Amino acid sequence: MHRLFQFKGGVVLKEHKKDSTAIPVQPAKLPPRLILPLKQHIGTPAEPVVAVGDKVLKGQLIARAGDAICAPLHAPSSGTVLAIADHPVPHASGMSAPCIIIDTDGEERWRPRERNVFNFAELSAQELRGIIRDSGIVGLGGAGFPAAVKLDPRGHPVDTLILNGAECEPYITCDEMLLREHALEVLAGLLMMRHALNAKRCVIGIENNKPEAFRALYEEVQNSGADVEVVEVPTIYPTGSEKQLIQVLTGKEVPAGGLPINIGIVCHNVGTAYAVYRAVEFDQPLISRYVTIAGSVAHARNLEVLIGTPLGNLIEECGGNRHTLRRLIVGGPMMGTAMHSDVVPVVKATNCVLVESAMHDVPLPSRDEYAMPCIRCGNCASACPVNLLPQQMYWYARARDFDKIQDYNLFDCIECGCCDYVCPSQIPLVGYYRYAKSEIWNQEAEKRLADLARERHQFREFRLEREKKERAERHKKKRSAVTQGGSDDKKAAIQAAMERVRAKKSEQDSTPKNTDNLTPAQQKAIDDADQRRCEQSHEEKTRESPSESKAATTQDRP
Amino acid sequence: MTLQTPPSPHIHSGLRISGMMLQVIAALIPAIICYTWFFGWGLIINSVIAILTAVASEALMLKLRKRPLKPFLGDGSAVLSGMLLAFCIPPLAPWWITVLGVAFALIIGKHLYGGLGYNPFNPAMVGYVMLLISFPLEMTSWMPPFILEQLEIGFIDTLGMIFFSHFPYGLSIDALSSATPLDAMKTDLGLNNTVSEIITSNALFGDFAGTGWEWVGNWLLLGGMYLIYKRVISWQIPLALIGTLFVISAFFFLMDPDTYPSPLFHIFGGATILAAFFIATDPVSASTTPKGRIVYGIGIGIIIYVIRAWGSYPDAVAFAVLLMNMAAPTIDYYTQPRVYGHARGKD
Repeated sequence: MHRLFQFKGGVVLKEHKKDSTAIPVQPAKLPPRLILPLKQHIGTPAEPVVAVGDKVLKGQLIARAGDAICAPLHAPSSGTVLAIADHPVPHASGMSAPCIIIDTDGEERWRPRERNVFNFAELSAQELRGIIRDSGIVGLGGAGFPAAVKLDPRGHPVDTLILNGAECEPYITCDEMLLREHALEVLAGLLMMRHALNAKRCVIGIENNKPEAFRALYEEVQNSGADVEVVEVPTIYPTGSEKQLIQVLTGKEVPAGGLPINIGIVCHNVGTAYAVYRAVEFDQPLISRYVTIAGSVAHARNLEVLIGTPLGNLIEECGGNRHTLRRLIVGGPMMGTAMHSDVVPVVKATNCVLVESAMHDVPLPSRDEYAMPCIRCGNCASACPVNLLPQQMYWYARARDFDKIQDYNLFDCIECGCCDYVCPSQIPLVGYYRYAKSEIWNQEAEKRLADLARERHQFREFRLEREKKERAERHKKKRSAVTQGGSDDKKAAIQAAMERVRAKKSEQDSTPKNTDNLTPAQQKAIDDADQRRCEQSHEEKTRESPSESKAATTQDRP
Repeated sequence: MTLQTPPSPHIHSGLRISGMMLQVIAALIPAIICYTWFFGWGLIINSVIAILTAVASEALMLKLRKRPLKPFLGDGSAVLSGMLLAFCIPPLAPWWITVLGVAFALIIGKHLYGGLGYNPFNPAMVGYVMLLISFPLEMTSWMPPFILEQLEIGFIDTLGMIFFSHFPYGLSIDALSSATPLDAMKTDLGLNNTVSEIITSNALFGDFAGTGWEWVGNWLLLGGMYLIYKRVISWQIPLALIGTLFVISAFFFLMDPDTYPSPLFHIFGGATILAAFFIATDPVSASTTPKGRIVYGIGIGIIIYVIRAWGSYPDAVAFAVLLMNMAAPTIDYYTQPRVYGHARGKD
């Protein structure tokens, strides 16, 4: 029996899972138009390799990964590239981003198979990661981090590979259905991942509210004799969060600011394992996934949905009314994001579409409009699985004291929503933390820009100064070159010119010519004038002198 | 079609402040009934006066501060503050004592600091201390339990006493009132009597604390347990407070049982239980970290004992709570829990 540990806090939620697990999973209807955002993952956007008007085949590469942390995109169905343009994407802000829009032709024609792998164990870890990367696989649990990067231990020894089948959010059942229907494939994918990581052991964690899924996987593990542990974990939200599942299964904590790989653990979602299996075994890139459609729809269920299918199409297919939508949540009710419109597409990380209608047929019990003041009851702190003090963080977020809020470890918050869920004042706490985080990021970005600007300015000053100095240096060199480096005849020429000038000047300095040959009377007049001039100037001098002498005496005085 | 886009999470437990306050009020009710059984209608009449005053003060202040009336009047916090203060006032105190105390608690103790969630001090205790210091005579004129006097004062008579100071059967407040067991103990100990002499000579003392009082204490304890079970309050403050008082009083009791009353007398006498479960646990003014709450409870326990044993007041719950209220922010700062993934001892 696997020894289990506990994480602190957490909440027990009403599951609402039975509704969507009654019908087997079927492929969703092919939509007339597929919208494929270039950035469906964490990292840099993919770069389109098709042009408007190009015919594409199902599974054909349409955008390549440019960067190390990036994932390529493949056409989910055959058709024509209608546009490469901005389109609303599933994002909290309701923003638009570059997308490849494909008009489907309904033929679902596959591109020819490019690769046959008969035994993955013969591949090197590098080759296996290459296939996974080229297939555009990202973490399907919700974060969307490129899987190949996470499957590269980069020299770290990997002790445990954890497969996350906890699926702790209410309503979501796509992983459960996947395990029930494709346990063997998930197991095969897990073994491939283990090969890529060279992990010592594998543990699959499944919450104990899905006995069918557990049994299906457990039987496959027993039948295949694979060295994999399948473990039932208690149903407490947020067990499915990576850090918390690691704590429950191993008792270890991921160091703050670090990654699970730092403690020899890698954690992947069961859906990712399935995608890896399909990529390696069938050469199928990630072009579809299981999605739960729940809430105010006539037939809550799971569908295998092509990436790029607009949410509105799924809602209609499940018997929902697009015109009475009140809230449309992508993801679960605890951590999902409310959409601004239903034209946004399903992306690789979309696990659930939760519909709330204005008709209140299936109401989501949400917060009151009016939030009361915090009464510091501490319910939030008891519920926090990370052991933060949400009440203090709220206080500092409100006060915009972003230094203090970081002292209270804001950036360790996983935004699970437990604090918010139990708050008797019904304060949108997670909203405040997100606000504080983005403000801090903005400030840091601004600071970086300001630093950059200051550096540039300082460099410019320095450069100007340097250029000035260099200019002066050059000038001096030139001058000294003229005075020192000149030849003797040049010197002599200068000397001669100077001589000439001097001679001329001495000639001019002699008495003026008009004073020659004066009469004695004229001479006397001139002498008188000279005398007067002399006296005048002397008088002026004596008039100035007393003050000078006075100043001197005052200065002399001790 | 505009969709609503609030931040996650999109569901809520439905917990409300009003729900929590209502539970606390409910937990008080058995003790109020028991109190009435032993000491007559006074508490119920006082409670009604207190609640009316509290709601009126709250409404007035909300109006002045331009805050919405409905959510704040409906949260039940004012009603609870009024009821807790009424619990601390002698049952036959004249009506204006209650009105003055509650109005002071709500207006000065709560709203002038910013209202719900912003008051650093427990409003009920602010009102109580004001009354105790300003009107010591009225605030110490307690009455013995009915069973000791073979006397029952009816509802109408009690009303007359509270509102018109009209005493039936030619009684007077001096004749009717008596000290609380804690007070009597303190006075008699001051006269160099031993604890056992005091307890056996005075009918005020019951099986382990004061007659009647000990039963009120039992019901308060039961109500408090209910609140912990329902997670309206956390266990740390009551346990730390009572535990500390027990340990200290046991130490002195064992050293010198003639001068120091037993731990049970300390716990079930006076307002210890009320303080531990209903007053010190007021979330707004108490510590909020788990460790901090233990420190906070221990602090209150120590101050209660010190003032009871060596101070000039017979009971000290209000002072202890207010003093620790002041320390709460500092306690919180130094008792932050270790966050997931952070090394022990750091942060």
